[in-house]
Amino acid sequence: MSASSPTSAAPIEAAQVRRARFAGRPDLWGLLLLTPALLLLIGLFAIPAVFSVLGALTGKAGGLSLEHFRTAITLYGRDIVFTAWLVCLSVAVIALLAILIAGYLILGGNRLAVRALAWLYRWPLFVPMICAAQMMRSFLAKNGMLNNALVASGALSPAGTTSLLDWRGILITFVWKQLPFVTLLLAGAMAALDRSMIEAARDLGAGRLRVLFGIVLPLVRAPLLVGCVLTFVTLMSVLSVPVMLTADSPTMITVDMAYRINTFGDYGTADALGVISYLMTMLAAWVYLRQAARERGP
Amino acid sequence: MNVAALRWVPRGLGLGLLAFAVFGPIGNLVLWAFAERWYWPHALPSQYGFAFWSRVFAPRADAWGSLGLSLLIAVLAVVISLLLAVPAGYALARREVPARAILMLLFLLPQAFPSLPIYMNIARLFYSVGLNGTVPGVVLVHCLHGLVLAVWISAAAFAAVDREQEEAARNLGAGPLATFATVTLPAALPGLMASAIFVFLDSLDEFTGTYFVGVPDIITMPLLMFHAAMGGNYQIASITALVLLVPSIAFMLVIERFLKADVLSKIGG
Repeated sequence: MSASSPTSAAPIEAAQVRRARFAGRPDLWGLLLLTPALLLLIGLFAIPAVFSVLGALTGKAGGLSLEHFRTAITLYGRDIVFTAWLVCLSVAVIALLAILIAGYLILGGNRLAVRALAWLYRWPLFVPMICAAQMMRSFLAKNGMLNNALVASGALSPAGTTSLLDWRGILITFVWKQLPFVTLLLAGAMAALDRSMIEAARDLGAGRLRVLFGIVLPLVRAPLLVGCVLTFVTLMSVLSVPVMLTADSPTMITVDMAYRINTFGDYGTADALGVISYLMTMLAAWVYLRQAARERGP
Repeated sequence: MNVAALRWVPRGLGLGLLAFAVFGPIGNLVLWAFAERWYWPHALPSQYGFAFWSRVFAPRADAWGSLGLSLLIAVLAVVISLLLAVPAGYALARREVPARAILMLLFLLPQAFPSLPIYMNIARLFYSVGLNGTVPGVVLVHCLHGLVLAVWISAAAFAAVDREQEEAARNLGAGPLATFATVTLPAALPGLMASAIFVFLDSLDEFTGTYFVGVPDIITMPLLMFHAAMGGNYQIASITALVLLVPSIAFMLVIERFLKADVLSKIGG
């Protein structure tokens, strides 16, 4: 060790020289390494995104026009409202349940119960959305396992069973599928918190729910918001679940988009609905960002 | 009875309800996969068996073709996504790239946009160049989200590699390429494996993009499942869904071995 110490300054110097040589110069090699990935992103994302906006704004006669939006709102206005309402409700339910589960994981008193919960909640994490749809189609049906279990437990009479395959089915499927993802994000962030503040509050006699909502939650708001926005975006573009679970109207606008294209080849109206779904997503992101900014401000 | 034991009543009830909510739907699917006769209003099938399994996996049935096609597409999507994402992730983590924050954001954008309208327009563009209904077309569509996942995870994996080891190799006379191949790449390999698995699963499970771009010839497992389900064949849909579940649940059980905490903490950094 002692023999090498006089020379150990030289490598550090060499590294500094190497870094200094490139400082201030645009890193052409770095850009070159990025180019192929960027090209694919432009071809498969930027260009189609621009096309969808242009398609929505170009009238049948060519030229700028809002006629596709008029058609979309006249024919599918109810579906637009239904989609916004259902996705918001799903995200709200997911956020609340995720807070409660992640909160129990960090504040729960019994180690065995915490470990059982940690093992249990994440099973649906990687279950494909379309498999979840097929499961719920049988589970929530009039003769499904849920109703059978309720009848067997005496909570429901056999005549009182109803099929949940309507908006409730979509809601349940969305929550089932996305809850583990948001919980995982939230539990990870909570586990990284400094425990001393939590323990101090507990020692002062604060109840677990008060510690969760008063101390822990404000510190993990950022990952919770990220999880909620990502979930919102994901749910906005699910086609399989509404198609497979219900033939009711109103339905989600993803179904309408597929219908306009497959039945009429009507890209204009489908693109208008697509742009409306972008706008809804941007609105959701903006509301969250404003909320986050307001809480950070004075 | 003491208080500690009484506390297990709400705990057990809560955990039991959650277990039913999590495993009930999966259980119902498994029942359907092995049900040969199940008539309303019976709560359970009246006859179980493998008859539908042998029909799904008959030597010349659609399922083998779909399974092979799904695996082929997923492997190609992994290869292409990683070939593009590894250099990009390395550049974002290690090089002084201009406007790095904007570039990182750009690679997040597809995840922050509803993807169905994008797929719709990809299908329209692919139609004009003859990529619709072909394997390369579907692979490219799967690469969109595959690339985003792979860039973010590999950038985090490279950022977690110890810089001093790289500099030590450079100071011992190794060139930049040799340093990358012998020091950086091996150290980042678990993270890159994780991103490969994510891309693989994402492609295997992808439905919406394949639905628009794959028509009419590319029937992957999710599409086979969808057609069976919409045709009212619960057994075949359930068997196909179970086959799709195996890799997803297997990965869920081992994810922590691949995604180490040091890499996770660098995601988005």
